[in-house]
This record gives sequence, structure tokens and C-alpha cells, in this order.
Amino acid sequence: MKERIKKRFAELLLTMPAMMWLVIFFVIPTIVIFIIAFKEGDSFGGIGREWTIRNFSELANPSYPVIMWRTIWLSVLTTVICLVLSVPSAYYLARAEKKWRDILLLLIIVPFWSNFLIRIFAWKVVLHPEGLLKQVLVFFHLASENTFLLYRSEAVLLVLVYTYLPFALLPIYAAAEKFNFSLMEAAYDLGAGRIQAFTRVYLPGIKQGLITAIMVVLIPALGSYVIPDIVGGPGGEMIGNKIAQRTFVDRNLPQASVISTLLILIVMVPLMIRLAARGRKNGDADTRGGFM
Amino acid sequence: MNRSRTPFYIVMGIIVFLYVPLLIVIINSFNMSRFGGEWGGFTLKWYGKLFNDRDVWHALSNSLIVALSTTFTSMVLGTVAAIALYRFRTFLQSVNNVFIYMPLVVPDILIGISLLLFFVALKVHLGLFTIYLAHVTFCISYVAMVVMGRLQDFNYSVMEAAMDLGASWFTAVRRIMIPILAPGIFAGGLLAFTLSIDDFVITFFVTGPGAATLPLYIYSMMKHGSPMVINALTGIFLTFTFIIIIISKKLLEEK
Repeated sequence: MKERIKKRFAELLLTMPAMMWLVIFFVIPTIVIFIIAFKEGDSFGGIGREWTIRNFSELANPSYPVIMWRTIWLSVLTTVICLVLSVPSAYYLARAEKKWRDILLLLIIVPFWSNFLIRIFAWKVVLHPEGLLKQVLVFFHLASENTFLLYRSEAVLLVLVYTYLPFALLPIYAAAEKFNFSLMEAAYDLGAGRIQAFTRVYLPGIKQGLITAIMVVLIPALGSYVIPDIVGGPGGEMIGNKIAQRTFVDRNLPQASVISTLLILIVMVPLMIRLAARGRKNGDADTRGGFM
Repeated sequence: MNRSRTPFYIVMGIIVFLYVPLLIVIINSFNMSRFGGEWGGFTLKWYGKLFNDRDVWHALSNSLIVALSTTFTSMVLGTVAAIALYRFRTFLQSVNNVFIYMPLVVPDILIGISLLLFFVALKVHLGLFTIYLAHVTFCISYVAMVVMGRLQDFNYSVMEAAMDLGASWFTAVRRIMIPILAPGIFAGGLLAFTLSIDDFVITFFVTGPGAATLPLYIYSMMKHGSPMVINALTGIFLTFTFIIIIISKKLLEEK
């Protein structure tokens, strides 16, 4: 009995520091978003005392369905492109000779460690009206002098893929590295073609990596703000930009909360699908597996 | 069966894709011409300008203050949380697990706006301290994740052996578990440091007057300042990144 109390005490002692921190600075602030969505703003850009549902009329603005739809398709397309590029790359990397593989992985990781803003800025330079890409395209007659490469949703897509590709590649590579490639040989011996072996043996084998990749690309992409802000312009705005505009330009925090609530609801969709799929599969619940 | 060459070409394509924009920026950082459209001759003046910009140094020191304190706090909290998750299998730990994982998947902008609303509602003064609080919040999870990865290979019977020989559980943790976990804890700390020094979105929301970190300063230069100076900054950043990664690789190999 005493042993059990002692163990329980040790557990609390180890669990509480981080958990309390996350309750105070993560869980409560998230609840605060929902509360402030129903509060009046005050004239100093703060939060007033009165309750209201007027903030939600913000969503009646006809620009919202457009921006919401753009946010979703840009994020989904980014995820798909990242997966399509990462799956064969991970396949190659996992089977490459160790020394060569280490060099390639290093090359992939370095830009990923460099500053996020600087990577976006680099694309702004490349896509600039007087930038190199435009000159190359005009030279090959693929674009006319007055094509704009910057400030459109395609530019946002390009930079989203650029930013999130390593996030997709690394977990898929980690899964592919553990994959037993002799299973592929076995599939060939049993008469499978190259494509069949790839889709029926390799893809199921790296499923965990694929799921992680989807989660770490799709969800952050839905909340993108800096990328559309810098290369998107008005035609490439996403929900994140609206949150930032209400916060910094209009200084209307209750309206920013309303839009954040909308974003939370969108982000919950993939999270819930993931949770439901996991709950259905394992009753024994591997607690270490988490959402990933 | 001969292997398909396609995957190889895709990997090469990705590497070209990742580096071309950065290389263009670095080449441009030595460009005399003010707007970077064409080559105006070799110069180091943008690096000189950057070096003499006192605001850059101030922002860098702010970033380092925040990153170092964030690293320390999140290393402690994250490691402790990882040990709790590894050691116990209770309902409390499944809740803990959800709490640890959520900040990893929630978009930055939501963490940023929620903390801003929270601080405004409590009338907390915004500045370096609120940036520190926000950074620790997302770094705990990353540290815990890295340490948990290391714990998966940890053989608990060495702890039991120590306890059979008379060590208390906490002594065993201190003398056996922590030293074995040390590489994981340091790797987690390094990740926390990088994430903190690199973070823009969350910092942008919880910063206050006068508390510019390096990414905030870079952003304001991108919006209002000279792009040529940012080219030079990119050159310095990438050189540093390469050096740090190569050094850490060498350190790991020697072990």
C-alpha cells in the first residue's frame, strides 16, 4: 500500500511540471480564443467587458468562403505534391550506399535548418519581376514580359512545397529505412510487377511514415501565414492572413478570435480522422505512439 | 531486376530545387547593383553594412537571451515529461501524452494568437519575457519527443539492477538514466535552441515594443528595408548552419 502511494507521488512529481506549464500556456489560452470570440472589443485594441455575438457577423463577409476554400486546396495540394516527391526519394535514399546517402540527407537537412524567413525571401528574389526565373522563362518564350510570377496563389503553392518538403521526406525516409526490402524481392519472385510490388508491398510497409508526413505538412500548411503574406498578395491570401490582419492592422482581437475559431475547426478535421482511425484499430492503445 | 532510375532523378531534382533559390541569393549578396536585377560587379559592401547595423546586433542578443533560457527550461521540463511517459502507464499519462503532442500539430499562428489573447486578457506586459514563455511552450514537446526516442532503446533492467543493489529510484535516475539519456537530452536542447532562434510567427504575436528578435528584425527589413542587406544575412546564416551541422556530425562520429 505504502509502495503504491509512493509510486503515485513519484508519477505526479514527474508529470506535473510540464503538464502544468502546458495547461497554463497552451490549454487555457486555446479556451480563451473561444471566450474572446464572444466579447466586445474596446477602443484601445483590448478586450471589453460586455458579451456579444456580433463578432460572428464578420464571417458573413463574402470573401470568407473564397479564402477558406483557397486555404484548403492549397494545403491539400501541398501535402499531395510533398508525398508524391517524398515516397520515391525515400525509396532511393533507403537503398542507397551509406556514405552517399549521408551526404544526400545532409544536403536535404541544411536548408531545413536555415532561417524560415530567409528561405521565403529567397523565393521572393527568384520570382521577382526582374528576377532570374522570369528572365529564363521569357528567354525560352514560356512567359511573356508582363507575366507576374509573384503575388498569386501558384507562388504560394510553390513556396509551401519548398518549405514543407523536408518535413514530409524525413518521416517517410525514417519508415523506408526500417522497411525490409527483401519483401520486395519476395513479391517479385511471386510474380508481382514493379508497380504492383511498389503499391502493394512498399507503400503499406511505410504507412506510419506516410501518416506522420501528412500530419506534419497538412496541419501547419492550413495555418500558413508568412508565406502567403510575403509571396501571395491579395490573390493568395489564406485564413492565417486574416487572423493577422484583424490582430495587427485593425487591432480587433474579438474578430481575430472568431477567425481563429474557424481555423481550429478546419484543423480539427484531419486530427479527428487520425484519432478515430487510431482508436478503431488498437484497443491496446500504444501510449507512446501519440498522434504521429 | 534492374532498378528504375526515376527515384534517383527525383532526389537530384529536389536537391536542385532546395538550393537554387538560396544560391541565387548568396550570389546576389556580392552584387554591386542596388536592386539585384543584373550583375553590377563584386562587392562586400552589403556585408559591411550589415556588420555596422547596431539594430541587428541588438536583435541577435535578444534572440540569444530568449533561445538560451528557452533551451534550459524546455530541456528540464521536456526530459521530466518524457521519463513520466516512459515509466508510467496510467490514465494521467494518456492525458499527458495528448498535451505533449498537441503543440506539435497545432499551427503556429493558433499558438501565437491564443497566447496573445491570454496575455492581453491578463494584462501581462508583452516583451522578451512573454516571448520566452511562448517558446518554452512549444519547445517542451520537441524535447520530450527526442528524449522519448532515446528512451525506446533504454533497457530498464539496468535501473532495476541498480535498485536491487540498494540505490533509490531517484538515485538510479540520476546516476544511470540521465547519463544514458544525455545525448538525447542534448539533441533535444539543440532542437529547442534552433526552433527558438528561428521562430517568427509565434514571436510576432507575443512581442512588445522594443523586444525585436532576429527573425522579427529580418521581417521588418523584408517589408521596409534594403533587400540587399538580407542577401548578405542569408550568406552568413547558411555558412553558420553548414559549419554547425558539420561540427555536430564530427562530434557524433568520434564517439
